[in-house]
Amino acid sequence: MDTFSVLSRRRFLQSTALVATAATTSVIGAPAVLRAQGSPVKLGVLHPVSGALSYSGQQGRLGATLAIDEINAAGGIKAVGGAKIEAVLGDAQSTPDGANAEVEKMNAAEVAAIVGGYASSICLAASQTAARYDLPYVVDVGVADNIVTRGLKNTFRFGPGFGVIAKTALDSLVALNDQAGKPTKTVMIVHEDSLFGSGLAKLLNAQLPERGFQVLETIPHPTPTRDFNNVALKIKAQNPDLVIPANYYNEYVLLARTMQQQRVRPKAIYSVLGGAASSYKFVKEFPEAAQYIMDCNHWFDPHNAKALELKKKVEAQGQFYTYEVYMNYSCVLLVADAIERAASADRAKIIAALESSTFSGHVMPYGPTKFVNGQNAGAAPVNTQVLDNDIQVILPPAFATAKPVFPTPA
Amino acid sequence: MLSPTILVPAVLNGLLTGAVYALVALGLTLIYGVLHIINFAHGALLTAALFAAFFMHQLFGLDPYVATIALTPAFFVVGYALQRFVIGPAAHGEDRNILLVTLGLAVMIENGLLYAFRADTRTVNLDYAFAVVDVGVALLAVPRVIAFGVVLVVALVLWIILSFTDTGKAMRAVAKQKLGAELSGIDVAHIYAVTFGLGTACLAIAACLLIPTYYVNPHVGNAFVLIAFTIVVLGGMGSVAGSLLGGLFVGVVESLSGLYLGESLGQIGIFVMFILVLLFRPSGLFGERA
Repeated sequence: MDTFSVLSRRRFLQSTALVATAATTSVIGAPAVLRAQGSPVKLGVLHPVSGALSYSGQQGRLGATLAIDEINAAGGIKAVGGAKIEAVLGDAQSTPDGANAEVEKMNAAEVAAIVGGYASSICLAASQTAARYDLPYVVDVGVADNIVTRGLKNTFRFGPGFGVIAKTALDSLVALNDQAGKPTKTVMIVHEDSLFGSGLAKLLNAQLPERGFQVLETIPHPTPTRDFNNVALKIKAQNPDLVIPANYYNEYVLLARTMQQQRVRPKAIYSVLGGAASSYKFVKEFPEAAQYIMDCNHWFDPHNAKALELKKKVEAQGQFYTYEVYMNYSCVLLVADAIERAASADRAKIIAALESSTFSGHVMPYGPTKFVNGQNAGAAPVNTQVLDNDIQVILPPAFATAKPVFPTPA
Repeated sequence: MLSPTILVPAVLNGLLTGAVYALVALGLTLIYGVLHIINFAHGALLTAALFAAFFMHQLFGLDPYVATIALTPAFFVVGYALQRFVIGPAAHGEDRNILLVTLGLAVMIENGLLYAFRADTRTVNLDYAFAVVDVGVALLAVPRVIAFGVVLVVALVLWIILSFTDTGKAMRAVAKQKLGAELSGIDVAHIYAVTFGLGTACLAIAACLLIPTYYVNPHVGNAFVLIAFTIVVLGGMGSVAGSLLGGLFVGVVESLSGLYLGESLGQIGIFVMFILVLLFRPSGLFGERA
């Protein structure tokens, strides 16, 4: 036993020495590398590219890397000597724990900032871990409002949060309903049971009655769920005028298809951040189930030339132009702009540059960026509807590309 | 909430789901009945079978139901070889060793799959996945109705094998009295391996029946094995009829508790029932003795 422990201690010392040597070498080596022309600025690109949210995660990664490629092709960050952006890709594995581990790795890899997260629960955990290292974190999608209300200096959200989205969704719903002569009154909400779906359901439950709607039932379900028969049966039994789903892509598609299968036909399906409701993938693969579905969601500015150019580029790659793509694309451009203005890869300087950002070179219908306590004040969702195998913006009028069809024709 | 328009379809759906649970449990109970071991690798083997069915479709465009023809014998051979050349020799005749060996196998298979295919959840998209049969009181998904029929046939075939063939008689003999069977000239190692092979073949069939409506990732089998274990205990360890009825019953319980307690708590009913059975009837509903 003694021999063993001595041996292992010697081993331990040896390996420690090795690590120490390696560390010293890299520290000594670093300035030389820095002096070399075009030393890259590292950017953490964090998404759930495997697990239950893998499709959305991969789309997000696509958008981020497209933006990075564009910036590098255009000469990199000019204020940092034309430094290229080097993506440090991370897989959050669709869990907050997975995301935390990746943030630790990215911090060790000395990234200047992190973009991404996608799911609210992932953004919440990852931004908090990043805050420990004063590492700027730009949330791409995660809509839970407490992501930006915790007072974390490092966390910025480019897109809209729950509060704004729910308010827009309800305003639009009331407007659509009034315009059509109030055909819908009763509502059922189907939501996934993590932070995003539950939070939204709570908000809707509080606000729908105030606006003259009656919530018949709220049905939570886990992610992943592979059987919506019970849910469809419940909807069929209660026969609401309106079904509001709030869940991620796979479950949304399954729910819509099961409703179609069980011949459940409410007067309208109006989703708030429906995982698939404004997804070209869903529309292309299941056009019958998707027809007339309305959504209040993130969407690109349909009158923005850059947005349409990016759409062509993404579709030329055989990919779908989903909101994860253009939101991450915009977020990376936003961070690159901040690094440009900070003229440094220094984390504190980037945070300061983000705080004072007025960036307007993105593809979203938000106008110039203005962060108030980490939240982009101009961020807002739009209303879309699936019409004739395409997705059209129906509200607000400034961005609309088609007239709404409400209620669903019998 | 108790309206029959929703209750009847929920019960029917439960029965259809339960049939597949029953098939998974059949494999488990068969192995328990003859080898007297709990096969911890059952879930991992089911996962492997699901991956096999998935890739048969993805790479060769083979319909899962057609793939059954190839995968069932293939998994029989896998199961046979595992028992004959890995589990049997590694156990050195001790039952508790077998437990550890199967547990080790489960860990290896699962992590091997995780390494090869990552944690992604994969699904197969088939045209008929959402086709329905209108039976008047409910609209039933075609793949589930097919699964139900196939499970009944498989259970019948298993019963015929066990009751009327020489191999089946040998299996029952080994199950009852291993030493006596050996003395009367039965090759026990071979019968063990055949039983394990049959149990694994059940999984291949279950995988092909599941994949049209279910998904696959490296941990998917675990959910089934917990349920299958409940069914085996409920039906009486080692009883074929018990597994079948237990499976159907568990399917209905799951469906109804999903309906009344919410989807997030759908499986709670199963495990409450499991505890109740263990408390009040540990030999199971169809078990002969404790």
